[in-house]
Amino acid sequence: MALAQAPLLEIDQLEVEFRTETGPIVPVRGVSLRVDAGRTTALVGESGSGKSVTSLAIMGLLPRPFGRVLAGSIRFSRRNGEVVDLATVPPRGMRAFRGSEIAMIFQEPMTSLNPVLTIGEQIAEQVRLHLRLGREAAKSRAVDMLGLVEIPDARRRADEYPHQMSGGMRQRVMIALAMSCSPRLLIADEPTTALDVTIQAEILALIDRLRRENDMGVLFITHNLGVVAEIADVVTVMYAGEVVETAGVRDLFHHPRHPYTRALISCLPEHALRGEDGRRVVQAIPGSVAGSLDAPGCKFAPRCVHAVDACQAAHPQLDAVEPTHFVRCDRWRAL
Amino acid sequence: MQRSPTRLFLERLFRRRLVLIAALILLVVVVLAVFAPLIAPYSPTGMRVTQRLRPPSFTNWFGTDEFGRDVLSRVIYGGRASLGIGLAVVVASMVAGTALGLFAGYFRVLDAPVMRLVDAMMSLPDILLAIFLVAVLGGSAGNVVLALAVVYTPRVTRVVRSSTLVVRELPFVEAARTLGVSTWRIMTVHILLNVASPVLVQATFIFAYAVLAEAGLSFLGVGVPPEIPTWGTMIAAGQNYADRSMWVVLFPGLAIVLAALSLQVLGDGLRDMLDPKLRKSL
Repeated sequence: MALAQAPLLEIDQLEVEFRTETGPIVPVRGVSLRVDAGRTTALVGESGSGKSVTSLAIMGLLPRPFGRVLAGSIRFSRRNGEVVDLATVPPRGMRAFRGSEIAMIFQEPMTSLNPVLTIGEQIAEQVRLHLRLGREAAKSRAVDMLGLVEIPDARRRADEYPHQMSGGMRQRVMIALAMSCSPRLLIADEPTTALDVTIQAEILALIDRLRRENDMGVLFITHNLGVVAEIADVVTVMYAGEVVETAGVRDLFHHPRHPYTRALISCLPEHALRGEDGRRVVQAIPGSVAGSLDAPGCKFAPRCVHAVDACQAAHPQLDAVEPTHFVRCDRWRAL
Repeated sequence: MQRSPTRLFLERLFRRRLVLIAALILLVVVVLAVFAPLIAPYSPTGMRVTQRLRPPSFTNWFGTDEFGRDVLSRVIYGGRASLGIGLAVVVASMVAGTALGLFAGYFRVLDAPVMRLVDAMMSLPDILLAIFLVAVLGGSAGNVVLALAVVYTPRVTRVVRSSTLVVRELPFVEAARTLGVSTWRIMTVHILLNVASPVLVQATFIFAYAVLAEAGLSFLGVGVPPEIPTWGTMIAAGQNYADRSMWVVLFPGLAIVLAALSLQVLGDGLRDMLDPKLRKSL
C-alpha cells in the first residue's frame, strides 16, 4: 500500500503570514496534511479559508515580500528519494521543483494561458525548459501531450491560440502543460469551478486517469464536496486557516465529526430537508468566516449550533478519532 | 474562404481610407529613400553655379537651390537621411524604453527610481533637451540620433511600464511561474509579447516626432552638419532664399509634412485597431 511508504508531500503545522498595511495577518495557521503517491487528497474549505495560500506556500510562490512561511514544514520526497523541506528552499532553488516535480493547474482556464502564443508553443516551451529537448522534438511532444489529454485533432489544435478554444479545451491544455514533464505531485486549485457540469466530469475523469497511469499524487483544492466525493481518497477540511478535520473520504462523508464538516455535508442539495410545505429546502450555515478570528477559542464557535461557553475560551487541538481520522473540536465525543 | 490573420488585420486597418492613403504615401517615401541612387535624376551634391535658383521645370522638377543643385534629387536623398535618423531613433528608444519599462513594471523596487527619472526627463521640453544634448555632444548624425533617443525613451518607458503592471498580474504569468519558467523568460517572452501592440503604436508616433525634431534641430543649426542633405538642413540652408525662390524650402517642407502626417495617421489607425476601447468606426 502507498501508505506504508514515506508520503509524497507532508505538511506539518504550517503557518503563513502576510504583512499588510494594517498589520500582519495569518491566513494559514497550523495546517497539516499529506498526499501520497498515486492518491488524491482533497483540501476543502470556503473562500478565505486558506486553501489557495497553502498551495502557493507549497510552490514557494507566496507574494514576495509580503508573504512568508512563519513556521512549520513542507516535506516533499523527490524523484531521487531525497526528502526536502520546501519551506526552507530559497526562491531560486524552487525552480528545480516547479513544473518538473510539482505542477499546478488553476481555476481560470480562460486566462491561465498566454493569449499571444499558440498552445503548441506554450507546451513546447515547457518541455524544452525541463526536458532539454530540441525544437522539433519539443513540438512533437507537445502534440503527444495534447493527445494524452484527449484533445481531438491534436496536430492542428497545437497551432491554435487559446482564444480559439472553449473553456474545457483550455483546461485540458493547462493539464497537458502541467503534465508535460511528468510531475510527481499535481496541485489542482479548483480546476473545474469555471466549467459547466458535463465538462467538469470529463476533466475530473481525465485528472483521475492521469493520476493512476503516472502514480502521481494529487492535491485537489475545492469548495465543492460533490467533487470531493467523486475523486478524493483523503479529505482535509479547512476553516479560517486551520485544518478542522482530516479523514478518509468514506469516513468523512459517513461519520463526520466536526460540526463544520457536518454542516457542510448537510448543505449538499441531496441532503436538503423537506420544509413545512413539503418542498425541500437547501440548508445553509449561518454567518460568515469573517469576524472574531483572533478570539482565543474555536474559530467556528460563533457559527456552531453546538457551541458552549467553553468553546469560546480554549482553542481546540487536533485530536485523533482513529489513526487516520483527526478532528479539531473539544466536543466531538459528546456530539 | 480562410483568411490569414495578417490579411484580416490589414483589411481592417485599411478599412479607413485615410489610413490606406497614409500607408501608400509612406510606402512611396520609403521606396524613394531606399532606392535613392537609382531614382534620383541628378547627384544631390553636384553643383552647377550657372543654374542657381532655377524655378521648377522639366529638367529640374523641383527647381534648383543656391548652388544649382537639383532640389528633387536632394529631397529624395534627404529622405534617406531623415528617415534613417528617424528609424534609428525609433529603434534606440524602443530598445532602451522597453527594457527600462519592463524592469520598472516588473520589479516593484525599481519602479519608483526609474519612473521618477523618467518624469524628470519628461518635464523638460523635448526640443530643448535635444538641443542641450547635441550642443554638449557636438553636431553629427550619430549624436542627433543619440540625443533624440534620450528624449523619446521616457515615452516608451511609460507605456511599457504601465502595460507591464497590468500583464504581470494576469493569471497566465503566475501559471508560467508555477511551471518553473524563469523570471527572465517570463519578462522577455510572456510579458513582452503582450505589451507589443501599444509599443508598436508608440513607435509610429515617435518616428513622426523624430523626423520633425531632426528637421527642427537641423534648422536651428544644432543638428546634422549642413553638408549632409536632410530635409531639415535643406530648409535651414534655403531659408535665406525663401522669399524669392520658395521651392528650395517648399519641397523639403512638404516632404516633412507628408511623412510626419502619414506616420501619425498610420499610428492612429494602428491604435484604433489594437485598442478596442478607443475603436470608434468599426
